[in-house]
Amino acid sequence: MDGVSFEVKGGEFFSLLGPNGAGKTTTISVLTTTLNKTSGDVKIAGYDTETHASDVRQNIGIIFQNPSLDINLSAEENVRLHAILYGVFPYRPTYTLMPEAYKKQVMELAELLGISESIHKPIKTFSGGMKRKLEIIRSLIHKPKVLFLDEPTSGLDPASRRSLWDYLEEVMKNENMTVFLTTHYLEEAEDADRVAIITNGKIEMMGTPNSIKNKLLEDHMTIDAKNRSGLKKELDSKKVNYSGVGPFKVSLKKQRAQEIIKNLDTKLSLLDIQRPTLEEAYLQLIQQKIHEGN
Amino acid sequence: MKEINAILTIAHRDLVKLFRDRTRLIFSLIFPFIFIGVLGSSLQSNLSGELGYNFLTFVFVGVLAQTLFQSTASGIISLVEDRENDFSQEIFISPVSRYSIIFGKILGETLVAFAGVVGILVLGVVLQVPLDWARLLTLLPFGLIVALFGGAFGILVMANLGGQRTANQVFPFIIFPQFFLAGVFNPIQNLPPVLLFLSRISPMTYAVDLFRSVYYTGTAAFDKTVIFGTLVNMAAIFVMFLLFFSIGTILFVRSERNR
Repeated sequence: MDGVSFEVKGGEFFSLLGPNGAGKTTTISVLTTTLNKTSGDVKIAGYDTETHASDVRQNIGIIFQNPSLDINLSAEENVRLHAILYGVFPYRPTYTLMPEAYKKQVMELAELLGISESIHKPIKTFSGGMKRKLEIIRSLIHKPKVLFLDEPTSGLDPASRRSLWDYLEEVMKNENMTVFLTTHYLEEAEDADRVAIITNGKIEMMGTPNSIKNKLLEDHMTIDAKNRSGLKKELDSKKVNYSGVGPFKVSLKKQRAQEIIKNLDTKLSLLDIQRPTLEEAYLQLIQQKIHEGN
Repeated sequence: MKEINAILTIAHRDLVKLFRDRTRLIFSLIFPFIFIGVLGSSLQSNLSGELGYNFLTFVFVGVLAQTLFQSTASGIISLVEDRENDFSQEIFISPVSRYSIIFGKILGETLVAFAGVVGILVLGVVLQVPLDWARLLTLLPFGLIVALFGGAFGILVMANLGGQRTANQVFPFIIFPQFFLAGVFNPIQNLPPVLLFLSRISPMTYAVDLFRSVYYTGTAAFDKTVIFGTLVNMAAIFVMFLLFFSIGTILFVRSERNR
């Protein structure tokens, strides 16, 4: 890591992106007090990660890259262990003896995730998606101010990913938590308030997803017509900025799509307006980096 | 209060895991059965005339101490296991003192070891080992000390081991010679210099001798079966416990943080 510096406001959804080995997990490890930093200052929820590690830990929740559940215990026992470790509830040897408030909270969370029936089953029987959801339930039980998600959906099938995100969005809306996400699925970061892209231990770019896209790529549309030569002539005569020999890729940097199309008389057979995705912007940046490296 | 709750819940987890793992329960009885039933019985039948004490009882008391020491020590292997399946992340990221975590772990394995002792006592009854039950009862608090001691020893060993494979390979080499050096089933009143040295630096020696010094106290067999007195053993164990526990915890936490 080299000169990585950033600030995330309370309630913000912040995403850290970068290729494998860029330093994402290292960053998260330092932020969550599991790794010592070699230099610099790190504060989470107002506490220094080294001198007040315990206060930091009390205020954060983490979903690790690898599931950190005890597969010998039931789902509820995993949650109970967590609740007691974080001092939310006192130790009691069985579920029945736990305070009513605990039971209520666990059942509510389990219901929200649709796993209330299997809450007392050993988690050996759980699917990957269910385990992830259970970890999220668990990490929320001590009401953290900052939730760290380290590639939370890696290894999940698309349906499980979707439903996990539906739930996470719900959580973000209701709990007003700060969320710190690393992911390889860039569409998951599209809704982030801010994104930082990190390569080789350095932050290359930081900003809203839109500002990053605008910096790296431009909006464009693709058009085509049966009468290609006619369309080409028209584009040339109207000084439209385009590329390709058909279909034509038209830049929307200076002109809006509506203005361009309004001025065209040739009958179009294809019209496709493309907003660049974060993924395209990201790949563009990574490619630039590779070129610079060469 | 939070720390005590944390210690209890970490210990609780180990006990729960034991009762869900039937094979481990059964395996914990196989070694004592071989030591007492096979080795002890055969030596008692062939040697006992000149000893002046019952050899079977001698071995039985030794095995009780050895089991408590070893069971807790090897139970700490599960810390390495936790590290491997990433569960230790969950525990080590919690706002609980690292010492409480390790202490909870040792306490849990101590309870597990006591569950094993219950099995050995049943074995003693079945094999008709001549036992003074009132004296056995006085061993109870010392059993706790021996188990905690074994746990601290386990922490020190585990902190220096990488993966579970290494742990499973190395641990027998560290624990097995101690059976003989500590005199679990062999009298060690007289030893050649090299063995004497090794015997005196084996932690298990003091655990086994503590048990015998308490069990045989005030009996005619005391001088023939015990090497140090109870106080010397307690002092040795106390010092080693503090050393093993603090050094082991520091090393273990450091290896967690630099992983």
